[in-house]
Amino acid sequence: MDQLFVHIDQAIIHWAQAVLPDWMAVIVAMKIPIVAIAIFGPVTMMYLTLIERKLLARIQNRFGPNRVGKFGLLQPLADGVKMLTKEDIVPEKADKIAHLLAPILIVIPALLVFAVLPFGRNMIAVDLNIGVLFFLAMSGTTTLFIFTAAWASHNKFSLLGGMRSVAQMISYEIPFVLSVVPVLVVVGSFSTVAIVEAQPGLHWFVFTPWGAVGFFIFFICAVAEVNRTPFDLPEAESELVAGFHTEYSGMKFALFYMAEFMNVFTVSALVATVFLGGWQGPILPSWVWFLLKTYTLILIMMWFRGTFPRLRADQLMGFAWKFLLELTFVNIIVAAIWYEMRSPLNHLTAAAILIVTIIVLFQFNKTEIPKKRIYKYAYAD
Amino acid sequence: MFGIGVLKGMAVTFKNFVESYYKKERLTTIEYPEKRLAEKERFRNFPFLIFDEKPEDPRCVACDICAKECPPQCITIVRAQDAQGKPLKKPATFDIDYSICMNCGVCEEVCPFDAIFMDHEFELAEYGRFEDLNYTIDRLLKPKEHFMKIRPTDATRIEAELKKKENAKKAAAEKAAAAAKAKAEAAKTQASQVPDTKPETKPNEPAQPADPPAEAK
Ligand code: SF4
Ligand code: SF4
Repeated sequence: MDQLFVHIDQAIIHWAQAVLPDWMAVIVAMKIPIVAIAIFGPVTMMYLTLIERKLLARIQNRFGPNRVGKFGLLQPLADGVKMLTKEDIVPEKADKIAHLLAPILIVIPALLVFAVLPFGRNMIAVDLNIGVLFFLAMSGTTTLFIFTAAWASHNKFSLLGGMRSVAQMISYEIPFVLSVVPVLVVVGSFSTVAIVEAQPGLHWFVFTPWGAVGFFIFFICAVAEVNRTPFDLPEAESELVAGFHTEYSGMKFALFYMAEFMNVFTVSALVATVFLGGWQGPILPSWVWFLLKTYTLILIMMWFRGTFPRLRADQLMGFAWKFLLELTFVNIIVAAIWYEMRSPLNHLTAAAILIVTIIVLFQFNKTEIPKKRIYKYAYAD
Repeated sequence: MFGIGVLKGMAVTFKNFVESYYKKERLTTIEYPEKRLAEKERFRNFPFLIFDEKPEDPRCVACDICAKECPPQCITIVRAQDAQGKPLKKPATFDIDYSICMNCGVCEEVCPFDAIFMDHEFELAEYGRFEDLNYTIDRLLKPKEHFMKIRPTDATRIEAELKKKENAKKAAAEKAAAAAKAKAEAAKTQASQVPDTKPETKPNEPAQPADPPAEAK
């Protein structure tokens, strides 16, 4: 069961070697993971939209989509058909080429990052030795295309959304990247496979003091990276119509949506890989564990969306620069200390340092509520 | 941003999420086409015409009052005529344009013959824009049992009133008949005293029509 997909993969390669000439068999062997990802990505995205709508509906005490198919299971297909048949409107003054390219290109990094995710034991498309770096770099380019779309639309709301996206990305990319550094320090490798293998059984990094803090920071930054509530300022629908995709309709809009949801999946998968032990776990097959953790994180993201109002731009920036950044710096040092010291003592030291840091940062970040002014009148007293 | 409020909020949404699966008061939606709410008796939508025994004899006498009163003017009535061109007391066409009707119920209020009532029918969507939404008389006519079924309280009251009126009419007719009979008999027996009843009514009759013109001036 554990190696189910690996065996399927090998069976197909064997068949190809028996039937096809050698050079084609090689191509087939190369194409299998690509095809698998190219199918898995969009299908995941389609059903994530359904899950999200269902979950939000229940949070708001509604049923959610339940008309198309049992439990609305065919709703994503109906949406797809609707998107495809919708009129494609391009604003007259838009930069036509960039307007067309942005939604197409934004899907590419979203699909590429699937390559370095270890879905299970031996289930990874390419085991890059710079896997995490590749992931961070690739997911970082998303903003570029968001800004392209915003600029090309020739619309002030789009542009505002794009600017916000860039500002947010610059702020959150730093703690996002730095919060992985403790893991890299401890594991000594960028490879996602090596990171997973460093957390055998239930020795996940999230159960160490620095891991818990790192997980917290990494997850929050991940939510901010993929522009989801409460960090969805780039598409703030109550302020900016629809933000950067105001001028998009039909399939182009669907592509933005697709990229967003695939990013949600991949980023959750990365968080699960780095801090929650990836596919490690007892009893169940490895890929089940991986999907379980990933979907738990996705559901938490949706839960956030059902709960929190959007942050103000200054709160967003302040949170990244004044709280998360300092905490990540301290966390790197703590991880190093933890690594150097012996077993029971290192946990205590690390936890103590982190708790003190968090308390201090809380104190510094307290919102200042001005005292109520008391007016003194000339005739009083 | 910081603090316990974040967790509190998440607890609230979580509670809503979980309870919506097993608590009736959390999930109040009725899944409409399959399940529906019990109809309220006083619910009123589009009007219908009532007939007593046969659809050929509707209660409506084509008096045109409802058509005149209807605020958006969506009723069209043409009075039926017999072979000699004499107007009959029933409509030949009675159309209500549903695309114009605003379901106000004025027609029901003003009809002096209790011939038009508001129905409970609300699934009135159609594919055509013009013909399908124009309700002709054959689509409007419904038996009085239908009225009794959807609005029993109103129906019993109105039926009782109608019956009372009819009884009164019948009684009056009987009385008149009896009176006429008696008169005829009296006339037979007392052939000499003919101008007995006529002078009694005559002084009253001109007094009534004389009043309105005086006010109008
Ligand atoms: S429905 Fe009533 S008011 Fe309208 S024409 Fe017939 S009798 Fe007159
Ligand atoms: S319900 Fe109102 S609008 Fe409709 S036919 Fe009667 S009077 Fe006219």
